[in-house]
Amino acid sequence: MSTKIETPVPFDVDAIRADFPILSQEVYGKKLVYLDNGASAQKPRQVIDNISETYETRYANVHRGVHYMSQTATDAMEAAREKVRAFINAGSEREVIYVRGATEGINLVAASWGRANLSAGDEIILSEMEHHSNIVPWQLIAQQTGAVIKVIPITDAGELEMEVFKGLLSDKTKMVAITHVSNALGTVVPLADIISMSHAAGALVLVDGCQAVPHLAIDMQALDADFYVFSGHKLYGPSGIGVLYGKEALLDAMPPYQGGGEMIDTVTFEGSTWADLPFKFEAGTPNIADAIGLGAAVDYVSAIGFEAIGAHENALLAYATEKLRAINSIRIIGEAPEKAAILSFLMDGVHPHDIGTILDREGVAVRTGHHCAQPVMDRYDVAATVRASFAMYNTFEEVDALAASLSKVQEIFS
Amino acid sequence: MAGDPSDLYQDLILDHSKNPRNAGPLDGATHQARGNNPLCGDRITVYLTLDGDQIADVKFEARGCAISVASASMMSEMIKGKTVEEATALFEKFHALVTGGTSGEGDGLEELESLAGVRDFPTRIKCATLSWHAMQQALRGAGEEVRTE
Repeated sequence: MSTKIETPVPFDVDAIRADFPILSQEVYGKKLVYLDNGASAQKPRQVIDNISETYETRYANVHRGVHYMSQTATDAMEAAREKVRAFINAGSEREVIYVRGATEGINLVAASWGRANLSAGDEIILSEMEHHSNIVPWQLIAQQTGAVIKVIPITDAGELEMEVFKGLLSDKTKMVAITHVSNALGTVVPLADIISMSHAAGALVLVDGCQAVPHLAIDMQALDADFYVFSGHKLYGPSGIGVLYGKEALLDAMPPYQGGGEMIDTVTFEGSTWADLPFKFEAGTPNIADAIGLGAAVDYVSAIGFEAIGAHENALLAYATEKLRAINSIRIIGEAPEKAAILSFLMDGVHPHDIGTILDREGVAVRTGHHCAQPVMDRYDVAATVRASFAMYNTFEEVDALAASLSKVQEIFS
Repeated sequence: MAGDPSDLYQDLILDHSKNPRNAGPLDGATHQARGNNPLCGDRITVYLTLDGDQIADVKFEARGCAISVASASMMSEMIKGKTVEEATALFEKFHALVTGGTSGEGDGLEELESLAGVRDFPTRIKCATLSWHAMQQALRGAGEEVRTE
Protein backbone atom coordinates (compact mmCIF):
# COMPACT_ATOMS: atom_id res chain seq x y z
CA MET A 1 0.00 0.00 0.00
CA SER A 2 1.25 3.41 -0.91
CA THR A 3 1.05 6.03 1.80
CA LYS A 4 1.97 8.81 -0.55
CA ILE A 5 -0.55 11.62 -0.50
CA GLU A 6 -1.56 12.53 -4.05
CA THR A 7 -1.50 16.18 -4.91
CA PRO A 8 -4.87 17.08 -6.38
CA VAL A 9 -4.54 17.64 -10.11
CA PRO A 10 -6.65 20.49 -11.48
CA PHE A 11 -9.57 19.17 -13.52
CA ASP A 12 -8.53 19.32 -17.17
CA VAL A 13 -11.44 18.47 -19.42
CA ASP A 14 -9.33 18.68 -22.59
CA ALA A 15 -6.88 16.14 -21.21
CA ILE A 16 -9.75 13.85 -20.27
CA ARG A 17 -11.33 14.21 -23.72
CA ALA A 18 -8.03 13.28 -25.31
CA ASP A 19 -8.31 9.91 -23.57
CA PHE A 20 -11.64 9.12 -25.28
CA PRO A 21 -10.97 8.33 -28.96
CA ILE A 22 -14.62 8.39 -30.01
CA LEU A 23 -15.07 11.98 -28.90
CA SER A 24 -12.98 13.19 -31.83
CA GLN A 25 -15.33 11.49 -34.31
CA GLU A 26 -17.53 13.50 -36.60
CA VAL A 27 -21.13 12.55 -37.40
CA TYR A 28 -22.82 13.92 -40.54
CA GLY A 29 -19.77 16.19 -40.92
CA LYS A 30 -20.35 17.75 -37.50
CA LYS A 31 -18.41 17.38 -34.28
CA LEU A 32 -19.91 14.66 -32.14
CA VAL A 33 -21.56 16.14 -29.07
CA TYR A 34 -22.28 13.09 -26.97
CA LEU A 35 -24.97 13.81 -24.39
CA ASP A 36 -26.40 10.32 -24.01
CA ASN A 37 -24.15 9.24 -21.16
CA GLY A 38 -27.07 8.12 -19.03
CA ALA A 39 -27.68 5.38 -21.58
CA SER A 40 -24.03 4.45 -21.88
CA ALA A 41 -20.77 6.30 -21.40
CA GLN A 42 -17.86 6.30 -23.86
CA LYS A 43 -14.62 4.50 -23.05
CA PRO A 44 -11.17 5.93 -22.39
CA ARG A 45 -8.13 4.55 -24.21
CA GLN A 46 -7.01 3.05 -20.88
CA VAL A 47 -10.06 0.77 -20.81
CA ILE A 48 -9.94 -0.08 -24.52
CA ASP A 49 -6.23 -0.94 -24.30
CA ASN A 50 -6.75 -2.93 -21.14
CA ILE A 51 -9.26 -5.20 -22.90
CA SER A 52 -6.87 -5.73 -25.82
CA GLU A 53 -4.02 -6.45 -23.41
CA THR A 54 -6.06 -9.12 -21.68
CA TYR A 55 -6.66 -10.99 -24.93
CA GLU A 56 -3.08 -10.43 -26.07
CA THR A 57 -1.17 -11.23 -22.90
CA ARG A 58 -3.15 -12.74 -20.02
CA TYR A 59 -6.11 -14.67 -21.34
CA ALA A 60 -7.32 -18.14 -20.41
CA ASN A 61 -10.26 -19.48 -18.46
CA VAL A 62 -10.19 -18.55 -14.79
CA HIS A 63 -10.27 -20.43 -11.51
CA ARG A 64 -9.57 -23.73 -13.24
CA GLY A 65 -6.26 -24.28 -14.87
CA VAL A 66 -3.02 -25.17 -13.23
CA HIS A 67 -1.27 -23.50 -16.12
CA TYR A 68 0.38 -20.12 -16.19
CA MET A 69 -2.12 -18.23 -18.33
CA SER A 70 -5.11 -19.39 -16.33
CA GLN A 71 -3.44 -18.24 -13.15
CA THR A 72 -2.50 -14.91 -14.73
CA ALA A 73 -6.06 -14.29 -15.95
CA THR A 74 -7.45 -15.32 -12.56
CA ASP A 75 -5.09 -12.96 -10.77
CA ALA A 76 -6.07 -10.08 -13.06
CA MET A 77 -9.76 -10.74 -12.61
CA GLU A 78 -9.48 -10.96 -8.84
CA ALA A 79 -7.30 -7.85 -8.74
CA ALA A 80 -10.07 -6.04 -10.59
CA ARG A 81 -12.59 -7.32 -8.05
CA GLU A 82 -10.45 -5.83 -5.31
CA LYS A 83 -10.39 -2.51 -7.19
CA VAL A 84 -14.17 -2.55 -7.38
CA ARG A 85 -14.39 -3.43 -3.70
CA ALA A 86 -12.21 -0.48 -2.78
CA PHE A 87 -14.13 1.77 -5.18
CA ILE A 88 -17.42 1.10 -3.38
CA ASN A 89 -15.78 0.51 0.01
CA ALA A 90 -17.37 -2.89 0.51
CA GLY A 91 -16.17 -4.73 3.59
CA SER A 92 -14.98 -7.76 1.67
CA GLU A 93 -14.37 -9.07 -1.83
CA ARG A 94 -16.85 -11.80 -1.02
CA GLU A 95 -19.53 -9.13 -1.22
CA VAL A 96 -18.66 -8.16 -4.81
CA ILE A 97 -20.43 -10.38 -7.35
CA TYR A 98 -19.74 -9.95 -11.06
CA VAL A 99 -22.93 -9.90 -13.12
CA ARG A 100 -23.76 -8.88 -16.69
CA GLY A 101 -25.15 -5.58 -15.52
CA ALA A 102 -27.51 -3.99 -13.04
CA THR A 103 -30.47 -5.77 -14.61
CA GLU A 104 -28.97 -9.18 -13.92
CA GLY A 105 -28.03 -8.07 -10.42
CA ILE A 106 -31.61 -7.11 -9.58
CA ASN A 107 -32.97 -10.28 -11.16
CA LEU A 108 -30.50 -12.30 -9.11
CA VAL A 109 -31.66 -10.77 -5.83
CA ALA A 110 -35.35 -10.84 -6.72
CA ALA A 111 -35.17 -14.50 -7.73
CA SER A 112 -32.73 -15.89 -5.17
CA TRP A 113 -33.54 -13.81 -2.11
CA GLY A 114 -37.18 -13.43 -3.12
CA ARG A 115 -37.94 -17.13 -3.58
CA ALA A 116 -36.39 -17.93 -0.21
CA ASN A 117 -37.88 -15.04 1.74
CA LEU A 118 -41.15 -13.80 0.24
CA SER A 119 -44.56 -15.25 0.85
CA ALA A 120 -48.14 -14.22 0.12
CA GLY A 121 -49.01 -10.84 1.54
CA ASP A 122 -45.41 -9.70 2.02
CA GLU A 123 -44.78 -6.26 0.58
CA ILE A 124 -42.10 -4.90 -1.73
CA ILE A 125 -41.85 -1.11 -1.94
CA LEU A 126 -40.63 0.49 -5.18
CA SER A 127 -40.76 4.11 -6.27
CA GLU A 128 -42.60 5.72 -9.15
CA MET A 129 -39.27 6.76 -10.69
CA GLU A 130 -37.76 3.30 -11.06
CA HIS A 131 -36.24 2.08 -14.30
CA HIS A 132 -38.12 -0.90 -15.71
CA SER A 133 -35.23 -3.09 -14.58
CA ASN A 134 -36.10 -2.31 -10.95
CA ILE A 135 -39.81 -2.95 -11.50
CA VAL A 136 -40.24 -6.01 -13.68
CA PRO A 137 -37.99 -8.45 -11.73
CA TRP A 138 -40.05 -7.66 -8.62
CA GLN A 139 -43.31 -8.15 -10.51
CA LEU A 140 -42.06 -11.56 -11.63
CA ILE A 141 -41.21 -12.68 -8.11
CA ALA A 142 -44.40 -11.14 -6.72
CA GLN A 143 -46.42 -13.25 -9.18
CA GLN A 144 -44.60 -16.37 -8.04
CA THR A 145 -44.83 -15.74 -4.31
CA GLY A 146 -48.02 -13.73 -3.84
CA ALA A 147 -46.05 -10.76 -2.55
CA VAL A 148 -47.56 -7.31 -3.15
CA ILE A 149 -45.86 -4.29 -4.71
CA LYS A 150 -46.37 -0.82 -3.21
CA VAL A 151 -45.19 2.35 -4.89
CA ILE A 152 -43.75 5.57 -3.44
CA PRO A 153 -45.21 8.43 -5.50
CA ILE A 154 -43.15 11.43 -6.65
CA THR A 155 -43.88 15.14 -6.50
CA ASP A 156 -44.21 17.52 -9.44
CA ALA A 157 -40.56 18.47 -8.93
CA GLY A 158 -39.54 14.81 -9.10
CA GLU A 159 -38.83 14.10 -5.43
CA LEU A 160 -40.00 11.08 -3.48
CA GLU A 161 -43.06 11.61 -1.28
CA MET A 162 -41.23 10.67 1.90
CA GLU A 163 -44.32 11.02 4.12
CA VAL A 164 -46.15 8.53 1.93
CA PHE A 165 -43.15 6.23 2.09
CA LYS A 166 -43.23 6.38 5.87
CA GLY A 167 -46.90 5.36 5.76
CA LEU A 168 -46.20 2.47 3.38
CA LEU A 169 -43.60 0.90 5.67
CA SER A 170 -44.95 -1.76 7.98
CA ASP A 171 -44.02 -5.15 9.37
CA LYS A 172 -45.25 -6.57 6.06
CA THR A 173 -42.50 -4.71 4.18
CA LYS A 174 -39.74 -7.13 3.31
CA MET A 175 -37.86 -5.24 0.60
CA VAL A 176 -37.46 -1.62 -0.47
CA ALA A 177 -35.96 -1.48 -3.98
CA ILE A 178 -35.06 2.05 -4.92
CA THR A 179 -32.94 3.96 -7.38
CA HIS A 180 -30.06 6.10 -6.12
CA VAL A 181 -30.39 8.61 -8.97
CA SER A 182 -33.40 8.71 -11.32
CA ASN A 183 -32.36 7.99 -14.90
CA ALA A 184 -35.28 9.97 -16.29
CA LEU A 185 -35.27 12.97 -13.92
CA GLY A 186 -31.81 13.16 -12.41
CA THR A 187 -33.19 13.26 -8.86
CA VAL A 188 -30.75 12.12 -6.17
CA VAL A 189 -32.90 10.33 -3.61
CA PRO A 190 -32.34 10.66 0.16
CA LEU A 191 -30.87 7.17 0.47
CA ALA A 192 -29.60 7.46 4.03
CA ASP A 193 -33.09 8.25 5.30
CA ILE A 194 -34.70 5.54 3.18
CA ILE A 195 -32.25 2.93 4.41
CA SER A 196 -32.54 3.81 8.09
CA MET A 197 -36.34 3.98 7.91
CA SER A 198 -36.53 0.67 6.05
CA HIS A 199 -34.20 -1.07 8.47
CA ALA A 200 -36.20 0.29 11.40
CA ALA A 201 -39.25 -1.39 9.85
CA GLY A 202 -37.32 -4.63 9.45
CA ALA A 203 -37.05 -4.40 5.65
CA LEU A 204 -34.01 -4.85 3.42
CA VAL A 205 -32.97 -2.26 0.84
CA LEU A 206 -31.74 -2.84 -2.69
CA VAL A 207 -30.32 0.21 -4.44
CA ASP A 208 -30.12 0.63 -8.22
CA GLY A 209 -26.92 2.64 -8.46
CA CYS A 210 -26.56 2.76 -12.26
CA GLN A 211 -26.94 6.51 -12.56
CA ALA A 212 -25.12 7.26 -9.31
CA VAL A 213 -21.76 5.54 -9.64
CA PRO A 214 -20.51 7.66 -12.57
CA HIS A 215 -21.25 10.87 -10.65
CA LEU A 216 -20.97 10.34 -6.89
CA ALA A 217 -18.58 8.65 -4.51
CA ILE A 218 -20.30 5.68 -2.91
CA ASP A 219 -19.40 3.89 0.28
CA MET A 220 -21.15 0.61 1.03
CA GLN A 221 -20.11 0.49 4.66
CA ALA A 222 -21.30 4.03 5.37
CA LEU A 223 -24.49 3.66 3.30
CA ASP A 224 -25.51 0.37 4.91
CA ALA A 225 -27.56 -0.74 1.88
CA ASP A 226 -28.21 -4.47 1.84
CA PHE A 227 -27.78 -4.77 -1.93
CA TYR A 228 -26.41 -2.28 -4.44
CA VAL A 229 -26.16 -2.86 -8.19
CA PHE A 230 -24.53 -1.00 -11.07
CA SER A 231 -23.43 -1.53 -14.66
CA GLY A 232 -19.87 -1.10 -15.87
CA HIS A 233 -20.75 0.51 -19.18
CA LYS A 234 -22.18 3.65 -17.57
CA LEU A 235 -18.96 4.03 -15.58
CA TYR A 236 -16.75 4.33 -18.69
CA GLY A 237 -16.18 0.58 -18.54
CA PRO A 238 -17.09 -2.25 -20.92
CA SER A 239 -20.65 -3.35 -21.56
CA GLY A 240 -21.67 -6.81 -20.42
CA ILE A 241 -20.16 -6.49 -16.95
CA GLY A 242 -21.68 -5.12 -13.79
CA VAL A 243 -21.59 -5.55 -10.06
CA LEU A 244 -23.94 -6.78 -7.39
CA TYR A 245 -22.85 -5.79 -3.93
CA GLY A 246 -24.59 -7.67 -1.13
CA LYS A 247 -23.98 -7.98 2.57
CA GLU A 248 -22.07 -11.16 3.18
CA ALA A 249 -24.50 -12.66 5.69
CA LEU A 250 -27.40 -12.16 3.28
CA LEU A 251 -25.54 -13.58 0.28
CA ASP A 252 -24.38 -16.52 2.36
CA ALA A 253 -27.94 -17.39 3.30
CA MET A 254 -29.30 -17.04 -0.24
CA PRO A 255 -29.64 -20.04 -2.58
CA PRO A 256 -27.72 -19.95 -5.87
CA TYR A 257 -29.31 -18.05 -8.76
CA GLN A 258 -27.90 -20.12 -11.62
CA GLY A 259 -26.27 -23.52 -11.44
CA GLY A 260 -23.24 -24.63 -13.40
CA GLY A 261 -19.50 -24.68 -13.33
CA GLU A 262 -17.50 -22.39 -11.08
CA MET A 263 -20.33 -22.03 -8.54
CA ILE A 264 -19.98 -25.51 -7.06
CA ASP A 265 -17.89 -27.11 -4.37
CA THR A 266 -18.71 -30.76 -5.09
CA VAL A 267 -21.18 -32.31 -7.53
CA THR A 268 -22.66 -35.78 -7.30
CA PHE A 269 -25.95 -37.10 -8.62
CA GLU A 270 -27.14 -37.28 -5.02
CA GLY A 271 -26.63 -33.55 -4.65
CA SER A 272 -24.16 -30.72 -4.90
CA THR A 273 -22.65 -28.18 -2.58
CA TRP A 274 -21.88 -24.61 -3.39
CA ALA A 275 -18.68 -22.69 -3.71
CA ASP A 276 -17.93 -19.89 -1.28
CA LEU A 277 -18.78 -16.30 -2.03
CA PRO A 278 -18.56 -14.60 -4.41
CA PHE A 279 -18.28 -17.65 -6.73
CA LYS A 280 -21.57 -19.19 -5.56
CA PHE A 281 -23.29 -16.54 -7.70
CA GLU A 282 -20.94 -16.68 -10.67
CA ALA A 283 -22.00 -19.81 -12.55
CA GLY A 284 -20.23 -20.53 -15.82
CA THR A 285 -17.23 -18.90 -17.40
CA PRO A 286 -17.45 -15.23 -16.44
CA ASN A 287 -16.93 -12.21 -18.66
CA ILE A 288 -13.21 -12.27 -17.93
CA ALA A 289 -11.81 -9.51 -20.11
CA ASP A 290 -14.59 -7.06 -19.31
CA ALA A 291 -14.34 -7.74 -15.58
CA ILE A 292 -10.65 -6.85 -15.80
CA GLY A 293 -11.59 -3.86 -17.98
CA LEU A 294 -14.00 -2.66 -15.34
CA GLY A 295 -11.04 -2.53 -12.98
CA ALA A 296 -9.30 -0.24 -15.47
CA ALA A 297 -12.38 2.01 -15.61
CA VAL A 298 -12.46 2.20 -11.82
CA ASP A 299 -8.77 3.14 -11.83
CA TYR A 300 -9.42 5.84 -14.41
CA VAL A 301 -12.32 7.44 -12.56
CA SER A 302 -10.62 7.13 -9.17
CA ALA A 303 -7.50 8.92 -10.42
CA ILE A 304 -9.61 11.93 -11.35
CA GLY A 305 -11.75 11.72 -8.24
CA PHE A 306 -15.41 12.42 -7.63
CA GLU A 307 -14.78 15.77 -6.04
CA ALA A 308 -13.51 17.11 -9.36
CA ILE A 309 -15.94 15.11 -11.47
CA GLY A 310 -18.92 16.19 -9.38
CA ALA A 311 -17.92 19.85 -9.42
CA HIS A 312 -17.51 19.85 -13.21
CA GLU A 313 -20.75 17.99 -13.87
CA ASN A 314 -22.73 20.15 -11.47
CA ALA A 315 -21.42 23.25 -13.22
CA LEU A 316 -22.43 21.75 -16.58
CA LEU A 317 -25.89 20.89 -15.29
CA ALA A 318 -26.40 24.37 -13.85
CA TYR A 319 -25.23 25.98 -17.08
CA ALA A 320 -27.42 23.74 -19.24
CA THR A 321 -30.43 24.30 -17.01
CA GLU A 322 -29.98 28.06 -17.28
CA LYS A 323 -29.52 27.88 -21.07
CA LEU A 324 -32.62 25.78 -21.59
CA ARG A 325 -34.74 27.82 -19.22
CA ALA A 326 -33.95 30.82 -21.42
CA ILE A 327 -35.76 29.10 -24.29
CA ASN A 328 -39.43 29.93 -23.71
CA SER A 329 -40.90 26.85 -25.31
CA ILE A 330 -38.85 24.44 -23.18
CA ARG A 331 -40.18 22.83 -20.04
CA ILE A 332 -37.75 20.94 -17.83
CA ILE A 333 -39.12 17.73 -16.31
CA GLY A 334 -37.55 17.01 -12.95
CA GLU A 335 -36.43 19.95 -10.87
CA ALA A 336 -35.48 18.38 -7.59
CA PRO A 337 -33.01 20.50 -5.62
CA GLU A 338 -30.54 17.63 -5.61
CA LYS A 339 -29.86 16.30 -9.08
CA ALA A 340 -27.13 14.44 -10.90
CA ALA A 341 -26.11 15.57 -14.39
CA ILE A 342 -29.34 14.63 -16.17
CA LEU A 343 -31.65 17.10 -17.88
CA SER A 344 -35.02 15.88 -19.15
CA PHE A 345 -37.18 18.33 -21.07
CA LEU A 346 -40.01 18.97 -23.50
CA MET A 347 -40.50 21.62 -26.16
CA ASP A 348 -43.99 22.98 -26.79
CA GLY A 349 -45.56 21.56 -29.91
CA VAL A 350 -42.61 19.40 -30.92
CA HIS A 351 -42.43 15.70 -30.20
CA PRO A 352 -39.18 14.51 -28.55
CA HIS A 353 -38.40 12.22 -31.49
CA ASP A 354 -38.50 15.06 -33.93
CA ILE A 355 -36.19 17.01 -31.63
CA GLY A 356 -33.88 14.00 -31.38
CA THR A 357 -33.67 13.62 -35.16
CA ILE A 358 -32.88 17.28 -35.76
CA LEU A 359 -30.30 17.35 -32.95
CA ASP A 360 -28.73 14.18 -34.33
CA ARG A 361 -28.07 15.82 -37.69
CA GLU A 362 -26.33 18.63 -35.79
CA GLY A 363 -24.06 16.00 -34.23
CA VAL A 364 -25.80 16.21 -30.86
CA ALA A 365 -26.65 12.78 -29.43
CA VAL A 366 -29.47 12.81 -26.87
CA ARG A 367 -31.91 10.19 -25.74
CA THR A 368 -35.55 10.57 -26.63
CA GLY A 369 -38.35 8.35 -25.47
CA HIS A 370 -39.59 6.98 -22.19
CA HIS A 371 -36.11 6.12 -20.88
CA CYS A 372 -37.34 2.70 -19.74
CA ALA A 373 -39.29 4.53 -17.06
CA GLN A 374 -42.85 4.53 -18.37
CA PRO A 375 -44.38 5.16 -14.93
CA VAL A 376 -42.43 8.44 -14.78
CA MET A 377 -43.81 9.43 -18.18
CA ASP A 378 -47.33 8.57 -17.00
CA ARG A 379 -46.77 10.61 -13.84
CA TYR A 380 -46.11 13.72 -15.92
CA ASP A 381 -48.67 12.68 -18.54
CA VAL A 382 -46.16 12.71 -21.40
CA ALA A 383 -45.28 10.01 -23.90
CA ALA A 384 -41.60 10.82 -23.95
CA THR A 385 -39.00 13.41 -23.09
CA VAL A 386 -35.68 14.53 -24.49
CA ARG A 387 -32.85 13.71 -22.12
CA ALA A 388 -29.41 15.27 -22.17
CA SER A 389 -27.17 13.42 -19.73
CA PHE A 390 -23.68 14.70 -19.04
CA ALA A 391 -20.38 13.03 -18.30
CA MET A 392 -17.08 14.31 -16.98
CA TYR A 393 -15.78 14.82 -20.54
CA ASN A 394 -18.58 17.15 -21.63
CA THR A 395 -17.85 20.85 -22.05
CA PHE A 396 -19.67 24.14 -21.78
CA GLU A 397 -19.23 24.53 -25.56
CA GLU A 398 -21.19 21.31 -25.98
CA VAL A 399 -24.00 22.75 -23.90
CA ASP A 400 -23.93 25.75 -26.24
CA ALA A 401 -24.17 23.36 -29.20
CA LEU A 402 -27.20 21.72 -27.58
CA ALA A 403 -28.89 25.09 -27.11
CA ALA A 404 -28.06 26.16 -30.67
CA SER A 405 -29.45 22.95 -32.14
CA LEU A 406 -32.62 23.42 -30.10
CA SER A 407 -32.97 26.84 -31.71
CA LYS A 408 -32.78 25.08 -35.07
CA VAL A 409 -35.65 22.82 -33.98
CA GLN A 410 -37.67 25.92 -33.17
CA GLU A 411 -36.89 27.40 -36.59
CA ILE A 412 -38.02 24.28 -38.42
CA PHE A 413 -41.21 23.95 -36.41
CA SER A 414 -42.09 27.64 -36.17
CA MET B 1 -26.79 16.97 -48.13
CA ALA B 2 -29.19 14.04 -48.29
CA GLY B 3 -30.84 13.67 -44.94
CA ASP B 4 -30.90 17.30 -43.91
CA PRO B 5 -33.69 17.69 -41.35
CA SER B 6 -35.32 20.43 -43.42
CA ASP B 7 -35.79 17.84 -46.22
CA LEU B 8 -37.63 15.65 -43.75
CA TYR B 9 -39.71 18.30 -42.08
CA GLN B 10 -41.29 19.83 -45.16
CA ASP B 11 -44.10 22.36 -44.80
CA LEU B 12 -46.70 19.85 -45.92
CA ILE B 13 -45.64 17.39 -43.22
CA LEU B 14 -45.57 20.08 -40.56
CA ASP B 15 -49.01 21.26 -41.65
CA HIS B 16 -50.47 17.77 -41.35
CA SER B 17 -48.79 17.19 -37.98
CA LYS B 18 -50.03 20.47 -36.53
CA ASN B 19 -53.49 20.22 -38.05
CA PRO B 20 -54.14 16.53 -38.52
CA ARG B 21 -57.11 15.71 -40.77
CA ASN B 22 -59.66 13.18 -39.57
CA ALA B 23 -58.33 13.16 -36.02
CA GLY B 24 -60.57 11.81 -33.30
CA PRO B 25 -62.71 8.78 -32.57
CA LEU B 26 -65.18 7.46 -35.13
CA ASP B 27 -68.70 6.62 -33.98
CA GLY B 28 -69.95 3.43 -35.50
CA ALA B 29 -66.59 2.28 -36.75
CA THR B 30 -66.76 -1.26 -38.09
CA HIS B 31 -63.04 -1.91 -37.84
CA GLN B 32 -60.33 -0.54 -35.60
CA ALA B 33 -56.82 -1.39 -34.44
CA ARG B 34 -54.13 0.10 -32.26
CA GLY B 35 -50.56 0.62 -33.29
CA ASN B 36 -47.85 0.84 -30.68
CA ASN B 37 -44.19 1.63 -31.01
CA PRO B 38 -42.82 0.27 -27.73
CA LEU B 39 -39.45 1.80 -28.47
CA CYS B 40 -40.76 5.33 -28.13
CA GLY B 41 -44.17 4.96 -26.53
CA ASP B 42 -46.01 6.32 -29.56
CA ARG B 43 -49.55 5.05 -29.92
CA ILE B 44 -52.16 5.32 -32.59
CA THR B 45 -55.68 3.98 -33.05
CA VAL B 46 -57.12 3.78 -36.56
CA TYR B 47 -60.90 3.57 -36.98
CA LEU B 48 -62.54 2.47 -40.23
CA THR B 49 -66.15 2.23 -41.38
CA LEU B 50 -66.47 -0.26 -44.18
CA ASP B 51 -69.41 -0.20 -46.58
CA GLY B 52 -69.10 -3.52 -48.32
CA ASP B 53 -65.62 -3.49 -49.73
CA GLN B 54 -65.27 0.27 -49.60
CA ILE B 55 -63.67 2.36 -46.85
CA ALA B 56 -66.51 4.80 -46.24
CA ASP B 57 -64.89 6.67 -43.36
CA VAL B 58 -61.54 6.85 -41.58
CA LYS B 59 -60.45 8.56 -38.40
CA PHE B 60 -57.51 8.15 -36.05
CA GLU B 61 -56.28 9.11 -32.62
CA ALA B 62 -52.53 9.50 -32.24
CA ARG B 63 -49.98 10.32 -29.65
CA GLY B 64 -46.80 10.57 -31.60
CA CYS B 65 -44.18 12.54 -33.44
CA ALA B 66 -44.68 14.83 -36.43
CA ILE B 67 -43.83 12.05 -38.87
CA SER B 68 -46.28 9.52 -37.47
CA VAL B 69 -49.13 12.04 -37.13
CA ALA B 70 -48.57 13.52 -40.62
CA SER B 71 -48.44 10.06 -42.14
CA ALA B 72 -51.68 9.05 -40.39
CA SER B 73 -53.36 12.28 -41.46
CA MET B 74 -52.36 11.88 -45.10
CA MET B 75 -53.31 8.22 -45.03
CA SER B 76 -56.78 9.04 -43.73
CA GLU B 77 -57.38 11.43 -46.63
CA MET B 78 -55.94 9.08 -49.21
CA ILE B 79 -57.76 5.88 -48.31
CA LYS B 80 -61.20 7.35 -47.71
CA GLY B 81 -63.47 6.10 -50.50
CA LYS B 82 -60.97 3.49 -51.67
CA THR B 83 -61.61 -0.23 -51.68
CA VAL B 84 -59.77 -2.48 -49.27
CA GLU B 85 -57.69 -3.77 -52.16
CA GLU B 86 -56.79 -0.25 -53.29
CA ALA B 87 -55.83 0.81 -49.77
CA THR B 88 -53.59 -2.23 -49.39
CA ALA B 89 -51.95 -1.54 -52.74
CA LEU B 90 -51.35 2.06 -51.66
CA PHE B 91 -49.72 0.87 -48.45
CA GLU B 92 -47.36 -1.32 -50.46
CA LYS B 93 -46.36 1.60 -52.65
CA PHE B 94 -45.94 3.86 -49.64
CA HIS B 95 -43.86 1.26 -47.85
CA ALA B 96 -41.58 0.96 -50.88
CA LEU B 97 -41.29 4.75 -50.98
CA VAL B 98 -40.19 5.24 -47.36
CA THR B 99 -37.88 2.24 -47.29
CA GLY B 100 -36.14 3.45 -50.43
CA GLY B 101 -37.47 0.93 -52.93
CA THR B 102 -38.99 3.47 -55.32
CA SER B 103 -39.07 7.16 -56.08
CA GLY B 104 -42.82 7.16 -55.62
CA GLU B 105 -43.31 9.29 -58.72
CA GLY B 106 -46.27 8.21 -60.82
CA ASP B 107 -47.39 5.78 -58.15
CA GLY B 108 -50.43 7.81 -57.24
CA LEU B 109 -48.98 8.60 -53.84
CA GLU B 110 -49.64 12.34 -54.19
CA GLU B 111 -48.99 14.11 -50.85
CA LEU B 112 -47.45 10.96 -49.44
CA GLU B 113 -44.43 11.58 -51.65
CA SER B 114 -43.51 14.33 -49.19
CA LEU B 115 -42.60 11.57 -46.72
CA ALA B 116 -39.95 10.12 -49.04
CA GLY B 117 -37.28 11.92 -46.99
CA VAL B 118 -37.85 9.43 -44.18
CA ARG B 119 -35.72 6.92 -46.09
CA ASP B 120 -32.64 8.93 -45.10
CA PHE B 121 -33.59 8.63 -41.43
CA PRO B 122 -33.71 4.87 -40.84
CA THR B 123 -34.71 5.18 -37.19
CA ARG B 124 -37.81 7.08 -38.24
CA ILE B 125 -39.25 4.75 -40.89
CA LYS B 126 -41.35 3.00 -38.27
CA CYS B 127 -42.90 6.33 -37.33
CA ALA B 128 -44.10 6.78 -40.91
CA THR B 129 -45.52 3.29 -41.24
CA LEU B 130 -47.14 2.86 -37.81
CA SER B 131 -50.61 4.12 -38.81
CA TRP B 132 -50.50 2.06 -42.01
CA HIS B 133 -49.75 -1.12 -40.12
CA ALA B 134 -52.64 -0.31 -37.78
CA MET B 135 -54.91 0.28 -40.78
CA GLN B 136 -53.94 -3.09 -42.25
CA GLN B 137 -54.51 -4.76 -38.91
CA ALA B 138 -57.96 -3.16 -38.66
CA LEU B 139 -58.82 -4.40 -42.16
CA ARG B 140 -57.76 -7.90 -41.23
CA GLY B 141 -60.41 -7.52 -38.58
CA ALA B 142 -58.15 -8.89 -35.90
CA GLY B 143 -58.62 -5.79 -33.82
CA GLU B 144 -55.44 -6.55 -31.95
CA GLU B 145 -52.63 -4.17 -31.36
CA VAL B 146 -49.84 -4.10 -33.90
CA ARG B 147 -46.33 -3.31 -32.82
CA THR B 148 -43.45 -1.96 -34.75
CA GLU B 149 -41.06 -4.23 -32.88
